[in-house]
Amino acid sequence: MLEIKNLHAKIDDKEILRGINLTIKPGEVHAIMGPNGSGKSTLSSVLAGSEVFEVSEGSATFYGKDLLEMPAEDRAREGLFYSFQYPVEIPGVSMVNFMRTAVNEHRKYNNEKPYSASEFLKLMREKKKLVEIDSNLTNRSVNEGFSGGEKKKNEIFQMAMLQPKISILDETDSGLDIDALRIVANGVNKLKSEDNATVVITHYQRLLDYIVPDYVHVLYKGRIVMSAGKELALELEEKGYDWIKKQFED
Amino acid sequence: MSIAGTDIKTEEKYISLFKDNLGHLNVITSEEVANEREAGIRIFEEKGIPNRKVENYKYTNLNPQFERDYACDFEHEVFNQNLSEVFNCNVEDLDAITVYLINGWYYRKNQVSESLPKGVLMGSFAEFSKSHPDIFKAHYNKYAKNEEDSLVALNTAFAQDGFFLYIPKGVVVEKPIQIVNIMKSSEDFMAFPRNLVVLEENAQAKIMVCEHTLSDNKFLVNGVTEAYIDKNAVFDLYSIQNQHNLTTNISSVFIKQKQNSNILTHNLTLHTGVTRNNVYVHMDDEHCESKVYGLFVSDKSQHVDNFSFIDHAKPNCYSEELFKGVLDDTATGAFAGKIMVRPDAQKTNAFQKNDNLLLTDTAKMNTKPMLEIYADDVKCSHGATVGQLDEKSMFYLRSRGIGKDEARILLMYAFAYEVVEKIRVEAVREQIRGLVEQVFRGELNKCNSCALCGQDASGKGYTCM
Repeated sequence: MLEIKNLHAKIDDKEILRGINLTIKPGEVHAIMGPNGSGKSTLSSVLAGSEVFEVSEGSATFYGKDLLEMPAEDRAREGLFYSFQYPVEIPGVSMVNFMRTAVNEHRKYNNEKPYSASEFLKLMREKKKLVEIDSNLTNRSVNEGFSGGEKKKNEIFQMAMLQPKISILDETDSGLDIDALRIVANGVNKLKSEDNATVVITHYQRLLDYIVPDYVHVLYKGRIVMSAGKELALELEEKGYDWIKKQFED
Repeated sequence: MSIAGTDIKTEEKYISLFKDNLGHLNVITSEEVANEREAGIRIFEEKGIPNRKVENYKYTNLNPQFERDYACDFEHEVFNQNLSEVFNCNVEDLDAITVYLINGWYYRKNQVSESLPKGVLMGSFAEFSKSHPDIFKAHYNKYAKNEEDSLVALNTAFAQDGFFLYIPKGVVVEKPIQIVNIMKSSEDFMAFPRNLVVLEENAQAKIMVCEHTLSDNKFLVNGVTEAYIDKNAVFDLYSIQNQHNLTTNISSVFIKQKQNSNILTHNLTLHTGVTRNNVYVHMDDEHCESKVYGLFVSDKSQHVDNFSFIDHAKPNCYSEELFKGVLDDTATGAFAGKIMVRPDAQKTNAFQKNDNLLLTDTAKMNTKPMLEIYADDVKCSHGATVGQLDEKSMFYLRSRGIGKDEARILLMYAFAYEVVEKIRVEAVREQIRGLVEQVFRGELNKCNSCALCGQDASGKGYTCM
């Protein structure tokens, strides 16, 4: 479904991604790990359509369509979901209004009728239950005054609402205590199906105890330097990244 | 010809207009109103129309607006049409007591609701000046600062009519009072509406003034509202402007507060040509509370200037100011707010904030918060920001499938939200929420309220909502 070839991206002439190759198929879970500054977050925000980075080379296609040509909103409507490492607080935009607009813009894109208020609220109730999000969080402004854990849960709630084909979870575990981590991971697992794929970006292995990956990739200095099964995550947890750094020092 | 020469000529036009019409001006108003005119025109003559050298008008040059020729209506030709047939206010379905002004004149066919509590007086400023001279003697022109602003003095010189509201001691008017002022003429036209509000001890009232234009003429409106708010009284004044861009609207509000009184003013400028709002609040007793708010949304070449002066004359008072502006295209805006804490005013709490959102590189905002503190035990703050739409928020919304335009609207509304929520009459707040969202969507229902929209306005050089 997602095919990344030789992807290069830079910011202010500093090259951060230096030739990423990655193929993801429906039903798969991929973990991307790597030391700080290796380009993990850059990769995910480039795929999501951030205009901060400039793609200088390579391609990314999503079900055959050129992803890099699409504005961020069309990537979302095509079924790509990006869970932010630092979700943005938007005072004055209510969660309900935000989600209703988002869901209905998806439906419009797919030539479906927009949900009525009551249909929408019903959907929201179901999904809230699914991801165990506190019901009064959705009565507030988007992420405003949410704790770190609440923000991450809110990302998963949005994912549940939008039912993407591929979800890229950027350091969803950072700053979460073990209980919140379990809730977030459970939400992700419940949403998993044969038709959708998940990319988990993380620094630590712990999240992968809960969201078990089919593949683990190590990103270092803007390239995927190693790919293996889930056992690689355990190895990294045990040995750290130094042995990889040594091996792939330029 | 020198520029100074031109200035003098403009002012002389108004002075001779005054002299030629003094007889007419006094026909319908009482002595109490008539007696103030000469002093008003003298101050105007002395100070002239404010130019950029006048500190308080630094960012709004009104000389071009005053140079034009306008017709006046000092004899008040009766407006014959049935108003309800030509006009529906956008703020409809509001459970309110509604009266109309036409070109600043109190509409004589107004049906004042019988639901008004006993003792409440509401109606024409001119008529009440004659029937209740005692109230006018006590309050008229006592709070307006003629000497500080020559345009206020000019209003005092020409003042004839407007609305008058008197709430006796202990009376609460629960429904909002909606005052709709309609500008309609067959030629370019100017008006000097003058309003007076008196709330006696422990009285309560909330007024919503809606300003509209109904014909495609150039309008110059120079209005003054004075309000006396006695002990323990509560007063709200919401002013909603929705005028086409050939309009120049100068609105000055002067509020005098006594002990434990509580006031709120809110200037919502949704569409205009050139607007200048002045709000003067004088907290002349202890434990007064005042909230002074404003929101303007401007595009094309509109200009909005909000000026406020909060006078903490006595101890233990609280004031809170919040003005927000959204500027698109080549719109320009200005804010100047002064908080004066007098030597006597210990334990003052005074807070002021002005935030502005520029949507283009060509929109421009000048903001000037000012604090002058002569007491030593006070808590005061002021701040101003001018910024753009937040890129991170924009990306967040778009990453959820919300298109760029829709995301922009959501964020603009989010910016305005804080100040809209300050409206403390729930029904009014609901209405304004809707109106502001419509403005951001460019969908504010025009055709009911605006004569221009049915026509092809594009070629004529004016716009409306």
